[in-house]
Amino acid sequence: MDEALLRSLIPGVLAVLVRRGADFAAAEDAVQDALVEAVRVWPAALPELSAALERGDPVRDPKGWLVTVAWRKFLDATRSDTARRRREDLVEEEPAPGPAPSADDTLQLYFLCAHPSLTPSSAVALTLRAVGGLTTRQIAQAYLVPEATMAQRISRAKRTVSGVRLDSPGDVATVLRVLYLVFNEGYSGDVDLAAEAIRLTRQLAAAIDHPEVAGLLALMLLHHARRAARIAPDGSLVPLAEQDRGRWDTGAIAEGVEILQAALARDRLGEFQAQAAIAALHADAPTAEETDWVQIVEWYDELARLTDSPVVRLNRAVAVGEADGPRAAWPSSRGWTPPCPATRRWRRTSTNAPAIRRRRRGCTPRPRRRPPTPSNATT
Amino acid sequence: MGRTRTEENTMAKYLLLKHYRGAPDPVNNVPMDRWTPEEVSAHMQYMRDFATRLEATGEFVDGQALAPEGTFVRYDGEGRPPVTDGPFAETKDLIAGWMVIDVDSYERAVELAGELSAAPGAGGKPIHEWLELRPFYGTAPTITE
Repeated sequence: MDEALLRSLIPGVLAVLVRRGADFAAAEDAVQDALVEAVRVWPAALPELSAALERGDPVRDPKGWLVTVAWRKFLDATRSDTARRRREDLVEEEPAPGPAPSADDTLQLYFLCAHPSLTPSSAVALTLRAVGGLTTRQIAQAYLVPEATMAQRISRAKRTVSGVRLDSPGDVATVLRVLYLVFNEGYSGDVDLAAEAIRLTRQLAAAIDHPEVAGLLALMLLHHARRAARIAPDGSLVPLAEQDRGRWDTGAIAEGVEILQAALARDRLGEFQAQAAIAALHADAPTAEETDWVQIVEWYDELARLTDSPVVRLNRAVAVGEADGPRAAWPSSRGWTPPCPATRRWRRTSTNAPAIRRRRRGCTPRPRRRPPTPSNATT
Repeated sequence: MGRTRTEENTMAKYLLLKHYRGAPDPVNNVPMDRWTPEEVSAHMQYMRDFATRLEATGEFVDGQALAPEGTFVRYDGEGRPPVTDGPFAETKDLIAGWMVIDVDSYERAVELAGELSAAPGAGGKPIHEWLELRPFYGTAPTITE
């Protein structure tokens, strides 16, 4: 196992420090310092630590180690800051280790780092550092800005949220927006931001039961699955229709579809689930010609209903163009409004694949279609 | 028309091009070679302060002043040295400097370009120079295919 495991411990460690009374900004710095030390001290021991963690071995508890070191770093920083008398008091009475950090702590940290008072770029930077455990240098390199600029962006973000109580309720939608931005940034540098976004979304999904979190995770997995086929050797983008589907990651597709199905079954549709459904339908087609464009158009209808963004309308127009026959005469994207309010009804199929059938008032019912089957199930 | 941004603002980099000539006439249009040394210093200091302030807001990427001399260079075929034209003492369309910023919105980029354009010139008054604002091409989002 690797650095990612180490970084997965961060939200919990940070939460412990904050719960012990450290303010967020100072605690975050202390955790970063502890990480640096861990990376310095642990490289040889990491595989062993990882195994120990999987066994739940309390003796070699890396999180406990991190908490101890981070707390010491925090105290050192506090001691050197004589102007902060109040924190000196904390030093005197070092609290006993709190209860084990719960999924709730992780969740609150996500909310804090994606707080609505932050600009998108600040929220992204703070999330990557405080939740993801990336260093300022790594984040700066990923976003192609000087380290000094990124350091300032992060420290301003920390100041902005310093007054926010970690226990105040947050908005999942803002967190998802931030993770989506990270994922979309891709993988141009030293740090694979797409993989990091998946890791953070997976961690979030473990902390909160929410269909849209699952939807975003599914969306990311389904897109990530096509990554190897998306870039030509010369670095240019390969359009979906021309991609070598044999290079798609069927494991990731299967996982994405499974997560999506579970989310859709909750019948609380959101834009990420709808996007993931479109991605699933693409992933499901053995060849570009076999793409179920009719169903994709229907999902774009849902998406347009949920977001009404110009991008969605444009993509829908493309899909309409592909879905020949009965759809060819549909109005174009300009000024498009759903002609027939749709009702959704899920049907479980033998393959358990996501499929949707709808009834349109005043519309001719279209023939029942075979639902998509996850690629991995057929190969 | 023009911008093709979605309603969602995301980080974007912009190049601010400081045209010394080649842009429409600025308001305070006294050429720099007729400024006093103090006025030139004040102008440069304004630029530096601006960059420092942007670094503090986490929006500064890079910036440089450019010497006026320019040479045009182009490829001239396999095995041949590049063709050059110049150097010219001063090119007709003179770019005096550039700055790259990384901001959350187009509106913020315009706001900052406006501030930079207020750099003082002759008489210590803002020169109201034109700045050309050019967005970087972003990488294609992973999501849309």
